[in-house]
Amino acid sequence: MSILIITEHDNQSVKPVTLNLVTAAQQIGGEIDLLVAGENCQGAAEAAAAIAGVRKVIVADNAAYAHQLAENISKLMVELADGYSHIMAPGTTTGKNVAPRVAALLGVNQLSDIIAVEAADTFKRPIYAGNAIATVKSTDAVKVMTVRGTAFDAAAASGGSASVESCDAVHQHADVSFVGEELAKSDRPELTAASVVISGGRGMGNGDNFELLNKVADKLGAAVGASRAAVDAGFVPNDMQVGQTGKMVAPELYIAVGISGAIQHLAGMKDSKVIVAINKDEEAPIFQVADYGLVGDLFEAVPELEGRL
Amino acid sequence: MKVLVAVKRVIDYNVKVRVKSDRSDVDLANVKMALNPFCEIAVEEAVRLKEAGTASEVVVVSIGSKACQEQLRTALALGADRAIQVEAADQPDALSVARILQKVAEEESADLVLLGKQAIDSDNNQTGQMLAALMDRPQATFASEVVVEGDSLKVTREVDGGLQTLSLKLPAVVTTDLRLNEPRYASLPNIMKAKKKPLDVKTPDELGVQLASGAELISVEPPAERQAGIKVGSVEELVEKLRNEAKVIA
Repeated sequence: MSILIITEHDNQSVKPVTLNLVTAAQQIGGEIDLLVAGENCQGAAEAAAAIAGVRKVIVADNAAYAHQLAENISKLMVELADGYSHIMAPGTTTGKNVAPRVAALLGVNQLSDIIAVEAADTFKRPIYAGNAIATVKSTDAVKVMTVRGTAFDAAAASGGSASVESCDAVHQHADVSFVGEELAKSDRPELTAASVVISGGRGMGNGDNFELLNKVADKLGAAVGASRAAVDAGFVPNDMQVGQTGKMVAPELYIAVGISGAIQHLAGMKDSKVIVAINKDEEAPIFQVADYGLVGDLFEAVPELEGRL
Repeated sequence: MKVLVAVKRVIDYNVKVRVKSDRSDVDLANVKMALNPFCEIAVEEAVRLKEAGTASEVVVVSIGSKACQEQLRTALALGADRAIQVEAADQPDALSVARILQKVAEEESADLVLLGKQAIDSDNNQTGQMLAALMDRPQATFASEVVVEGDSLKVTREVDGGLQTLSLKLPAVVTTDLRLNEPRYASLPNIMKAKKKPLDVKTPDELGVQLASGAELISVEPPAERQAGIKVGSVEELVEKLRNEAKVIA
């Protein structure tokens, strides 16, 4: 068996989720190769080659791959797919965008968001927003899947000595082009990779009050998230959303502030190791999943929390 | 511009799903079903394009047993012009659905195919991408804004780090995210009118597609339940517990 992983990267460095995918691949077993497709992505390729447990890094360095457009990356993947028993992409917006395209071009189905490896052909994945867990066996010749990074431990980012091979194939779909992007700039860790996450809900009242959470986050090295209610109310942008329709997080510590705990939010954070809830409504469902609940006014509790850290 | 919208009948999003006692699947007997919320957003977007004079016709298609005609009627009540049901067992696999949609899109000469980004039952998030691949056409998944510019689309996508904007030449496939629009409620007169709109029934055979899934559902289990912990009386106590009991902060 051999496994090809689509590396998530920003050309300079490899995104941490790739390390979780290497662990998932190790649980399947077999040789593990990484594809780094990008433009001027030498930095990412070197970082990929250093990951423990990787046999080979395939680098496709071309302007066609600069923005990870699914039309181009999927054709590249299909060209490289020969001989691999498994093809894996992270369950990120980039991975979800490209993996089904790869599967369709290969004429196979795709397993989305696997959270456990039962056997080389059998996997567990959440359905119905995580309210049920399905065990699925794939009979396809090639297993194409996306992997939920938070369900697997990270492999060591160093200690590996993979060979690096360059691939000159250029696939450029004529009818799609990148116009621009607006990426949130933050010195804080990414939501899905942070070991501590503090999130605010409708109870925050407005966007300015998220500054209270930012101050706590700065002390804890935490990422700041939000519930869908806070996003829908316009307090904060959608890329901060934790939940079924946002990001899935599973940090060591999750602090929910002014969040009632709708099913759709719980779906995104209930695998966190320790959950703290601060809410003035003692009946709020969030307390049913919280390890430590504090009933009280967040506008008093959060500044006090910051002061005591 | 002709718009094809694919829709799916799923469990109503307000219903808490339960696993069958034999763990073979989830229990959908006597459960309220509805139009998948992301599909509803896709229908709304198509209808708005028609209202703006950009789209000439909005066709909705669903693949499943006769029951999905109920959701097709809902889409018609929201403003779609006509509907197609492709008769199949419920819960066909994503690749088969994409192959059927490809044939329907060809037959209809659709310029734009709109789908929800995912169905809230299988949570697959695949069909639109697969369809675009089979058609060898551009895709814009997780759309939060769609602007038609002549024979192209400018689509803003919700990606992990923020927003990305792509330009796609038509024909193209777009999948909707939550913030694309807020779907309207169907008015009673429109619900009545929808009953008279055309609804064709086709079979996969007629379209030349054979349904074959490469995945087998072995079992379904409920997720591990999380136990409620304790209530603390003060922030001071909370910090003490986090430091010394949970040991998650320094």
